[in-house]
Amino acid sequence: MTDPVIEAERLTRRLPGEITVTLVSDASLAVYEGEFVAITGASGSGKSSLLYLLGLLDRPTSGHIRLHGRETSTLDEDALAELRLEQLGFVFQFHFLLPEFSALENVMLPMQRLDRLRQTEIEARARELLASLDLAGEGNKLPRQLSGGQSQRVAIARALANDPLLILADEPTGNLDSNASANVQNILAELAHRHGRAVIVVTHDRDFAAAADRVIEMSDARIVRGA
Amino acid sequence: MIGLAPSIALKHLLARRRQSLVSLSGIVLGCAFFLAVSSLMQGSENDFIRRLVDNSPHITIQDEFRNPHLQPAEQLYPAAAVEIRQVKPLTETRGIRGYPQIMAGLQTMPGLRAAPVLAGQALASFAGKDIAVTLNGMTPAAVADVTTIRNYMIAGSIDELVANPDGIILGDGLARKLSLSLGENVTITAPAGQVHTFKILGLFHTGRANYDETQIFADLKRVQALLRRLNRANSIILKLDDPWRAQAASGEIERRVGYKSLSWQEANEDLMSTLKTRNIIMYTVVSAVLIVAAFGIYNVISTVVLEKQRDIAILKSMGFRAGDIRRIFVIQGVLLGLAGSALGLPFGAGLMYGLMQIRLKFPGSTDLVALPIDWSWLQFAIAAAFAIGAALCAAWLPARKAASVQPVDILRGAQ
Repeated sequence: MTDPVIEAERLTRRLPGEITVTLVSDASLAVYEGEFVAITGASGSGKSSLLYLLGLLDRPTSGHIRLHGRETSTLDEDALAELRLEQLGFVFQFHFLLPEFSALENVMLPMQRLDRLRQTEIEARARELLASLDLAGEGNKLPRQLSGGQSQRVAIARALANDPLLILADEPTGNLDSNASANVQNILAELAHRHGRAVIVVTHDRDFAAAADRVIEMSDARIVRGA
Repeated sequence: MIGLAPSIALKHLLARRRQSLVSLSGIVLGCAFFLAVSSLMQGSENDFIRRLVDNSPHITIQDEFRNPHLQPAEQLYPAAAVEIRQVKPLTETRGIRGYPQIMAGLQTMPGLRAAPVLAGQALASFAGKDIAVTLNGMTPAAVADVTTIRNYMIAGSIDELVANPDGIILGDGLARKLSLSLGENVTITAPAGQVHTFKILGLFHTGRANYDETQIFADLKRVQALLRRLNRANSIILKLDDPWRAQAASGEIERRVGYKSLSWQEANEDLMSTLKTRNIIMYTVVSAVLIVAAFGIYNVISTVVLEKQRDIAILKSMGFRAGDIRRIFVIQGVLLGLAGSALGLPFGAGLMYGLMQIRLKFPGSTDLVALPIDWSWLQFAIAAAFAIGAALCAAWLPARKAASVQPVDILRGAQ
């Protein structure tokens, strides 16, 4: 078996305060290339908090996260940002596209920040990504001119911009109708199965979870099944 | 193609056009008023210094010593504790001794012109009227060379003093007071009682009432005779090609001739320090306008930061570093500062032009004069720098706040 793309070991995240709140407790898991993993559980069970930890957006109170075998707990904020830029792609429940930028510009942003391609190459790749998600004619539209499903597909294109090995999606279909939801589900599954990316999706949707290769179930901040 | 951070910053500003325009107009007005007021103040300072430099000697060698002469015993034992009591200086005729020799020495120094002057109080009398005046004895060539009286002559000529040593040059204010005109005779009485009648060969008008009513110029030899101070001058006045060298040259001259030598800067030290104080007050007051404008920018960028918390979180989740986020919002301030300067400077130049058209009669002046404005590029640069600096400072705090946004806090709340 190949090395995991991401590996979490005994992750715990507590919010300090008068009453300490435990968001994630003692969670361990590993996700491999080409694997499509769904994290499910009741509201407040810690699914999103675990995703944010895996996405290096939050730091664990204890435990370790290794991305391609590299320990991340010792890295500073800038190094974590660099890892997010190069190796991770996020899709959220709400598309969270920047409203002043067109669909094309939104997709170009991560590549411009990475600054490894020329401007013309960045634009060509962004157009290619949009076309691959059936958005070829929508590049110049602002987010408010797109439907929910189109916006979410633009958000997926943006997540794929820097060709990350790990895609993290937090309720990506939570705000979509059933058709758009099925479409997004297929795209994410395809990214894992056809393009070899590791995909972790937090979802409430039972059908969505059923389509995943593996389902990790959380309850009361703990992984109770599927790790 | 502009960079990523400037393009995001620009989009943020354009998305809030009205607020951006309001804060921009604050900077435009601040920059314009800053420029107009500072150029007026600097112009008046330059005008004042120019008048000071033009109309007064750059260096004056006076007939006194900065420190009392050392007694022979003190010279002999410089390291000893010598105290000589009841020393009384010799009584001698006041004035610079051996001034022709000093003049000869000064002539060897490059870049300066010197003239001996014997000045004293006298009474100018005509038709039963007596007016106290300052009688300046100079050679006609020196009057032309080291004073600016030639520039202010309104009748007659200084050169006529060469042909007629019994001639006199006086201000039109004094002539008016005594009902005199060119070619008439005026009687000058020295303090010791000597009387001499001079023919008016020239009239000048400087516009400074006190000067025009009290200063008169006559031939040095005649004045020496009238004041009974033959072969004496009580000062030597010098003009330098570069007036700003006066301080250094004055020290050098004092070392060489021994007499107290006063540069125009030293003579007007109190005025120069008053000008500095005035400048500090002026910059403080005018900066207040820009500080108020900066609050406008602070307000706009703070609002953008608050409204864009989610976008900031997304940018950070994408891999933007805190520094990238800070840069985006600082650039917004800089863009407002640059645009404010670009519009404020021409507006300020218009205000400066308007101020130049105003003619005022200042106390002590007999003429209407235009407000002096300094049009140097430095004034424009200072105004632009203050405007951009104020905008930058105003943007810095909200930019820091934006950079410290924790994406997970925002994303959790957005779910």
